[in-house]
Amino acid sequence: MSKTVTALNGARFADGIADVAELPMQGMITLRGDLGMAALKKAVKSNTSLVVPDQGQVAQNDAYTVAWMSPDEVLILCPYAEVQAIIAKLDKALIRAHALAVDVSDARAMFQVAGVHARAVMAKLAPVDVSERGFQPGMFRRTRLAQAAAAFWVADADTFHIICFRSQGQYMFDLLCVAAQKGSEVGRF
Amino acid sequence: MSTRLATQGRLVNRDKAVRFSFNSAPMTGFEGDTLASALLANDQMLVGRSFKYHRPRGIVAAGPEEPNALVNLGVEGKFEPNQRATTTELFEGLLATSQNHWPSLEFDVGAINAKLARFMPAGFYYKMFIHPRPLWKHVYEPFIRQAAGLGQAPKGRDWDTYEHLYAFCDVLVVGGGIAGLQAAKSAAQSGAQVLVLEQTAHWGGRAPVDGGTVDGKPVDKFVEELVSELSDTPNVTLRPRTMGAGVYDHGYVLGYERLTDHAPGMDGPRHRLWRIRAGHIITATGAIERPLSFAGNDIPGVMLAASVRDYAINYGVSAGDRTIVVTNNDDAYRTALALKNVGLEVPAILDARVLPVDSPLMADAKAAGIRVMMGHGIAKVQGSKRVTGVAVCSQAGEGATVEEIACDVVAMSGGWSPVVHLWSHCGGKLLWDTDWAMFRPDVDKAPLGADGSPFVSPAGSANGHFGLTEILGDAHAMGRAAARAIGFTPKKTNAPDGSCLDEAPMAPVWLMPQGAGRDLRGKAWLDYQNDVKVSDVQLAAQEGFESVEHAKRYTTLGMATDQGKLSNINGLAILSDALNQPIPQTGTTTFRPPYTPISMGAIGGEARGEVFQPIRRTPMHDWHDANGADWEPVGHWRRPYAYLRDGESVHDAVMRETKNVRENLGLLDASTLGKLIVKGPDAGRFLDMLYTNMMSTLKPGKCRYGLMCGENGFLIDDGVVARIDDNTFLCHTTTGGAERIHAHMEEWLQTEWWDWQVYVANVTEQYAQVAVVGPKARQALEALGGMDVSRDALGFMEWADGTLGGFDVRAYRISFSGELSYEIAVRASEGQAFWDALMKVGADLGVMPYGTEALHILRAEKGFIMIGDETDGTVIPQDLGLHWALSKKKDDYLGKRAHLRSHMADPARWKLVGLETTDGSTLPDGAYAVAEGTNANGQRNMQGRVTSSYHSPNLNKGIAMGLVLHGPDRMGEVLEFPGTDGTTYKARIVSPVFYDPDGEKQNV
Repeated sequence: MSKTVTALNGARFADGIADVAELPMQGMITLRGDLGMAALKKAVKSNTSLVVPDQGQVAQNDAYTVAWMSPDEVLILCPYAEVQAIIAKLDKALIRAHALAVDVSDARAMFQVAGVHARAVMAKLAPVDVSERGFQPGMFRRTRLAQAAAAFWVADADTFHIICFRSQGQYMFDLLCVAAQKGSEVGRF
Repeated sequence: MSTRLATQGRLVNRDKAVRFSFNSAPMTGFEGDTLASALLANDQMLVGRSFKYHRPRGIVAAGPEEPNALVNLGVEGKFEPNQRATTTELFEGLLATSQNHWPSLEFDVGAINAKLARFMPAGFYYKMFIHPRPLWKHVYEPFIRQAAGLGQAPKGRDWDTYEHLYAFCDVLVVGGGIAGLQAAKSAAQSGAQVLVLEQTAHWGGRAPVDGGTVDGKPVDKFVEELVSELSDTPNVTLRPRTMGAGVYDHGYVLGYERLTDHAPGMDGPRHRLWRIRAGHIITATGAIERPLSFAGNDIPGVMLAASVRDYAINYGVSAGDRTIVVTNNDDAYRTALALKNVGLEVPAILDARVLPVDSPLMADAKAAGIRVMMGHGIAKVQGSKRVTGVAVCSQAGEGATVEEIACDVVAMSGGWSPVVHLWSHCGGKLLWDTDWAMFRPDVDKAPLGADGSPFVSPAGSANGHFGLTEILGDAHAMGRAAARAIGFTPKKTNAPDGSCLDEAPMAPVWLMPQGAGRDLRGKAWLDYQNDVKVSDVQLAAQEGFESVEHAKRYTTLGMATDQGKLSNINGLAILSDALNQPIPQTGTTTFRPPYTPISMGAIGGEARGEVFQPIRRTPMHDWHDANGADWEPVGHWRRPYAYLRDGESVHDAVMRETKNVRENLGLLDASTLGKLIVKGPDAGRFLDMLYTNMMSTLKPGKCRYGLMCGENGFLIDDGVVARIDDNTFLCHTTTGGAERIHAHMEEWLQTEWWDWQVYVANVTEQYAQVAVVGPKARQALEALGGMDVSRDALGFMEWADGTLGGFDVRAYRISFSGELSYEIAVRASEGQAFWDALMKVGADLGVMPYGTEALHILRAEKGFIMIGDETDGTVIPQDLGLHWALSKKKDDYLGKRAHLRSHMADPARWKLVGLETTDGSTLPDGAYAVAEGTNANGQRNMQGRVTSSYHSPNLNKGIAMGLVLHGPDRMGEVLEFPGTDGTTYKARIVSPVFYDPDGEKQNV
């Protein structure tokens, strides 16, 4: 067994109306700074090939994701192995600016909810309009799922990705399984 | 006899029999029945006993307004009390029992109360049981509780699951009757997203029962086509079995969906609570028929006229063979005609009105051979457990019997009240409609949204419109207006053309006969569920309870589980009459959600069992659990209190762990301690303001213990700060303080020092942190191999980055135990592997994990304070002898000014000392030290209290800390601490540092 393990070691639930799975270790960097600052925009772009997203948005390509967290914070998702190198490059690029780049990869757990009823599962837990009209690919929400803080976005058509605190990984997984329980289809999404 | 008819029953499937039981008697109904219709089909009219007088009570209504037919449903984990038979769909194997009787429904000892009714008027309990005072708690209340109450409380754990659902729509329509459906269609034609909630399993509401035509088609056909059309409309969602329970600010609405109540074997949650945000809300909630107030109107067999018709037409059930209809309006004539139509007898219609010309419905009744007695009413109903007849009187008189007519059902109608509940929940106002004698929504005073414009509209009979033409016209207009109100463009279409018979005006009748004497009024029920009579409301008025809200609470009118759906208007009309004021001046009581009771399970949603709380787990949680952890909740975290070995008590485990740390090697999972990164050019200045001591002078590579006070000077947190580089600090907080102190920092940065260049990030969970503690701690780390952890390389209160056993670590040389101690932070995902490595190298060194209680004892032996033990929100650093941590060099820090206030600087504040019992026993935690004399309340004076107390296995005696008046000046004095166990503990004031006062052990 590798000495690196996720919160739930890849737990999975496929017996319900949607598939729930814990995702592997994911590199995550919190970057705080003036999001309008040229040096910051450039640093994000050069490390991820992505543009700093607008409020409530997320930018994605195959390897990276950049999510808008607050007026002075973005979350950069990258391969776990690249985290230290990217932080070093960000620190260097922003050495003259006031900014903070910090590794939060291990502070989080990440889940996927997939299937035609994925939106229904999310709607049971998050006070967010997750209908196709209300929540489309490219959108990102920091909110709560039941009683736990969480952020989520649509990875592709029927798949949501969810980030929460690592300590609440078990709660989040159990919660998603309850919301995806057999016979609990909503029939409205 | 009530029974099943050979014909009718549009909602039941006669091919599918359903078996159920009531009070253990096996019965059979049909698929589609409600429990109420099935009970009636089995001639079970008597369904319960009333709350106060235990009078026999039968089914009165056919919908959510039913006050009497409440049953216990199911057994064990499916048991639920107070379930309304009229809204309970029948299913195979349903078990129901009646409530509020002893020993049986048929024979109830409590009915003696009815004989004593004269002596138990409104306010009886208040008047009777107020003196002598102590008797209330010990005698009266237990007795009354035994006698009162409806259903039983469930004892078993609920077997079902529940959930919430957040839903969003442009237009929400509450009510799937003909008005709701039409409003939904008219709104949806604009392209708006429309959600329609209907509390029953059927669409169309009363319309198919009441008849008429729309666009030349029978109304039931029209409903069928409309439902089919809406089902195929992509922007419309229809939800049957979902009740609109409450309307709140900002277009927030609760919907209560009953998913498996009708089929308990199905998978999935039982109830779903819809938490809806709607752009605009249409309340198409229909109307409820009012009873008439005549003597004996609660005897089983007296029912609402429209409900009698519902049972016949919807379920093919006759409530009885001979029905007397008593009314003040035309609608009840439909009941007479419907009954006649299925071959049942209607000996007479008693119409309180005297009409100059026959209305069309009256003419129809007469043509059908029914005797209509205008100007007449009921003097009293005969019978006890079942109606046997009525004494007819003149409505204008005092109740002299003009004729007795045998019957087994009385179908009464006192007019209709629009269901204005949801309209009113959020502030919609009502106006009194004199023509129909009812409150209707005042559309000019609608509930207002954040932008000041109306966000609720009523439609159909909920808006006071009766007759198909008016209902459909209103619903169409309201649907279009709702769409327009939220920015959609409604289609230019006409309302469907409804047609039904014209009705003559109704006449308000609040008491029958109008001159009824005291005897009759004392038997004329207003509120069936709470046993409130006309005479009670009149007495309340007479005794000065003139406000409707006061009269309600004094008489309990409308306070039962039905919230007065049948009784409110009649009650306040009686009150108005007694006060000689018009009804609108009396007004209504407040309508509050939910419309009808919703399950506690639905409110709790998914939050039960494993997901009741978001428990926080450290990376080593499972290891702790597998190794005997006795869990302690710390915030939402679970931390091991101690690790129990086979056969060991918690106390023994704590003693063993505490000793082992001082003698060998202990490991503590310290991952829960908060870790906040504070970075920026102003970080040092910022921390100087937050901590009472100086942080900006800390050198990179060094650690410093710091105290934090709030603005009012009280201690809020403490912890070790490490300086990472010139611009960056890492602040440790208490376990419970991480989120709170993070928020505290952000608040000051965002509101007060917004121009300071500081960023804060909470990295608590990024790291697993292990305290490696004890004389063999260094040996253990050296066995792992890697960075130099020697005294010279990593001195006390220093930190360094490096590797240990192949793990990237940050090692802090800090100690909360007074022992040689390191706290090692590793990546959270490697926490378990690192813990395993430490356990492995520690095996030869006598390693043991230790829990929070050993941690507490170790720090108490050293006299270290604990936030939450020595502090409670009223304690300042000076109280704890922490003057050394209050910087005198700084101009300001949070709490500094507060510390200058006279009360804070008062020398009489209780101060921290150590306490040692004279006999070595352990002081009770929280015990108070008594002083001479008593205070103004006659209570013993106090001079101190215990803040922490433990048995120290290392010192082999009880040790404690406490706050004591002038404590540090009274060393050696003995104080008395009375315990709750009856003994008085004696303890000597000593230094709080019990162990290694010179700190030699941590500096090795």
